[in-house]
Amino acid sequence: MSAPLLELDAVSRRFSRRISLGDRIAAKLGATVEMREVRAVESVSLSVMKGETLGLVGESGCGKSTLGRIAAGILAPSAGTARLDGKPVMSETGRREKLTTRVQTVFQDPFASLNPRKRIGEAIAEGPLAHGLIDRAGSRAYVAEQLSRVGLDPSYSSRFPHQFSGGQRQRIAIARALAMKPDLLICDEPVASLDVSIQAQVLNLFLDLRRALNLTAIFISHDLGVVRHLSDRVAIMYLGRIVEIGPASEIYAAPKHPYTQALLASVPRLNRHREGRTAFKPIAGELPSPLSPPPGCHFHPRCGFATERCRSEPPQLRPLGPERWAACHLAE
Amino acid sequence: MTAALEVRGLKTHFFTRSGAVKAVDGVDLTIERGRVLGLVGESGSGKSVTGLSILGLIDHPGRIVEGSVKLDGQELVGLDRDAARRVRGRRIAMIFQDPMMTLNPVLRVGTQMSMALRAHETVSNDTARERSVRALSRVGLPTPEQCLAAYPHQLSGGMRQRVAIAIALLHSPSVIVADEPTTALDVSIQGQILQEMQRLGAETGVALVWITHDLAVVSSLAHDIAVMYAGRIVEHGPTADVLAQPRHPYTRGLLDSVPGEAKPGEKLAQIPGSIPALIDLPPGCAFRARCSRASGACEAMPEIAEIGGRLARCFHPLEAA
Ligand SMILES: Nc1ncnc2c1ncn2[C@@H]1O[C@H](COP(=O)(O)OP(=O)(O)OP(=O)(O)O)[C@@H](O)[C@H]1O
Ligand SMILES: Nc1ncnc2c1ncn2[C@@H]1O[C@H](COP(=O)(O)OP(=O)(O)O)[C@@H](O)[C@H]1O
Ligand code: SF4
Ligand SMILES: [Mg+2]
Ligand SMILES: [Mg+2]
Repeated sequence: MSAPLLELDAVSRRFSRRISLGDRIAAKLGATVEMREVRAVESVSLSVMKGETLGLVGESGCGKSTLGRIAAGILAPSAGTARLDGKPVMSETGRREKLTTRVQTVFQDPFASLNPRKRIGEAIAEGPLAHGLIDRAGSRAYVAEQLSRVGLDPSYSSRFPHQFSGGQRQRIAIARALAMKPDLLICDEPVASLDVSIQAQVLNLFLDLRRALNLTAIFISHDLGVVRHLSDRVAIMYLGRIVEIGPASEIYAAPKHPYTQALLASVPRLNRHREGRTAFKPIAGELPSPLSPPPGCHFHPRCGFATERCRSEPPQLRPLGPERWAACHLAE
Repeated sequence: MTAALEVRGLKTHFFTRSGAVKAVDGVDLTIERGRVLGLVGESGSGKSVTGLSILGLIDHPGRIVEGSVKLDGQELVGLDRDAARRVRGRRIAMIFQDPMMTLNPVLRVGTQMSMALRAHETVSNDTARERSVRALSRVGLPTPEQCLAAYPHQLSGGMRQRVAIAIALLHSPSVIVADEPTTALDVSIQGQILQEMQRLGAETGVALVWITHDLAVVSSLAHDIAVMYAGRIVEHGPTADVLAQPRHPYTRGLLDSVPGEAKPGEKLAQIPGSIPALIDLPPGCAFRARCSRASGACEAMPEIAEIGGRLARCFHPLEAA
């Protein structure tokens, strides 16, 4: 781990909210539907070092996928820049296009990204062919190599996506991403829809490949246990902002931000040596709407320590020890 | 004392064009009043079909082909439609992963709750309102009056699920079957609901069957745990005993594959292979293709038998440590 491979420099992303079917029904029934901007990601800066895995955690809608897509160069930030080895991952003007093949993404639902009518061999070969990494003559052997690397039989290349189980499809998605020879892999909830036994198989595959290929990765998950297992460092997001970032072992042992503390306490853990049933310690209150996040610190309405300052002044990420940062007025 | 719910030898099969899917193939469960039973297993193991069968909600091409479901001692299998409807929603209720399975999108919550009440009782408008408010506050909804006036889509996912739970509670049923009720919710909301459920069980004496694939939730919530594999219960006993000392190789494999137990960055223990399709299962223990303890004996079906204070279905159960 030396130089940063990926740098996010104050990236933000806003969406003007589209009208969903639910809202249309609501409007018909006389409800007032507010139309506002969602600040999915607000001025996030971070870097990922070569060879490192950064875990990104947070509750649904906090902006993890949006940040991941910006880092992958498949979504243009509204402000700020994502750079890989110092070069922007996306063209800055005109039609915003992805400029690099060195970042690849693995999504939760690989079915969505696989064409159901395309044999998986073709799906794996198409990217490398289009970018001249391989030629037609070599593609068969190349696909076979990619498949066996993720523990699938090369003969599967002539099958269609629906012929695979969830775990196999996730292996295919990984094979397809790795076929592009990326330096940075962005995994967005890749095991979220898998059963624990299959999840363990895929996580083990990821651990093996990461070591063998010296991959750098961003691993997005709402599962704190999975993130702990895989990550060197962890970033915790809340309503579009990073509230804490630092070495995984330290954050899990001694979280500094009240949200991180509450999140870690609220997640049920597999307790194999329990005395009786354990009490749940949930975070109070609802997750505020990203359409109208609370002023000041976004977490203040649910925070037990909030002061006047927290209600008005947004805290900045500040250093709180070697490699440790938190965005809280009170944390030390 | 009769158990709140007693399931014996339950078999529910789906007669499809490609053959009979034996989704539930001999399930036994017992749950006492005020207790929580966690029903766990991988997807496709038959958990939901078990839940639906208990409620008598299996539709064509599926059918309960054998077995008994007793609610407070009363047999439910074989009840005619009307009799089943009188029981369902009143003495036994179900909560689904998607609360919209219970809720009607075009009716206000208040309307739906009084309809649910009137399905089984004659009540005045005032009483209906009062009981709805009470049920809503019981599940931790802070402004029940406002909630009654709302349409489901105006509520967050967590609030919708609370409303579905409140409806299930309206008639103070003996048993509630909850099928992955918090799986789609955020962790903070999941925690709140689990906390409420833990309290409700103690307060109302309702027996809860909590279906989930999340072992961590079960480890905190359930008094007892039943592990399902390929349509059968393979281990069933007090949660503390099963978690601390699983006897069935499948239970052990599941527990070991949860990250958080292992040292960060090290390989997780994994069960090879995946759950078989429930059509044309070969005879014998359904886990044997994935099992490290399998022997020739396992080509026959092991009976579920008592060992170390719980039940396990295995010829070569793990020894006590
Ligand atoms: N294309 C879009 N149009 C409008 N709003 C969007 C769009 N994509 C994301 N958002 C909004 O931006 C916010 C962040 O979404 P994002 O998908 O990044 O969250 P997430 O942390 O990945 O959530 P999850 O855990 O549910 O995957 C949400 O409020 C979401 O509704
Ligand atoms: N309506 C149906 N027709 C045919 N097969 C079904 C039907 N419903 C469920 N099954 C099958 O029954 C098995 C058990 O399903 P289910 O109870 O939903 O599993 P779980 O809830 O444990 O994930 C699966 O193999 C599933 O495909
Ligand atoms: S019966 Fe045999 S195959 Fe089945 S779980 Fe026990 S040892 Fe394994
Ligand atoms: Mg996402
Ligand atoms: Mg199910």
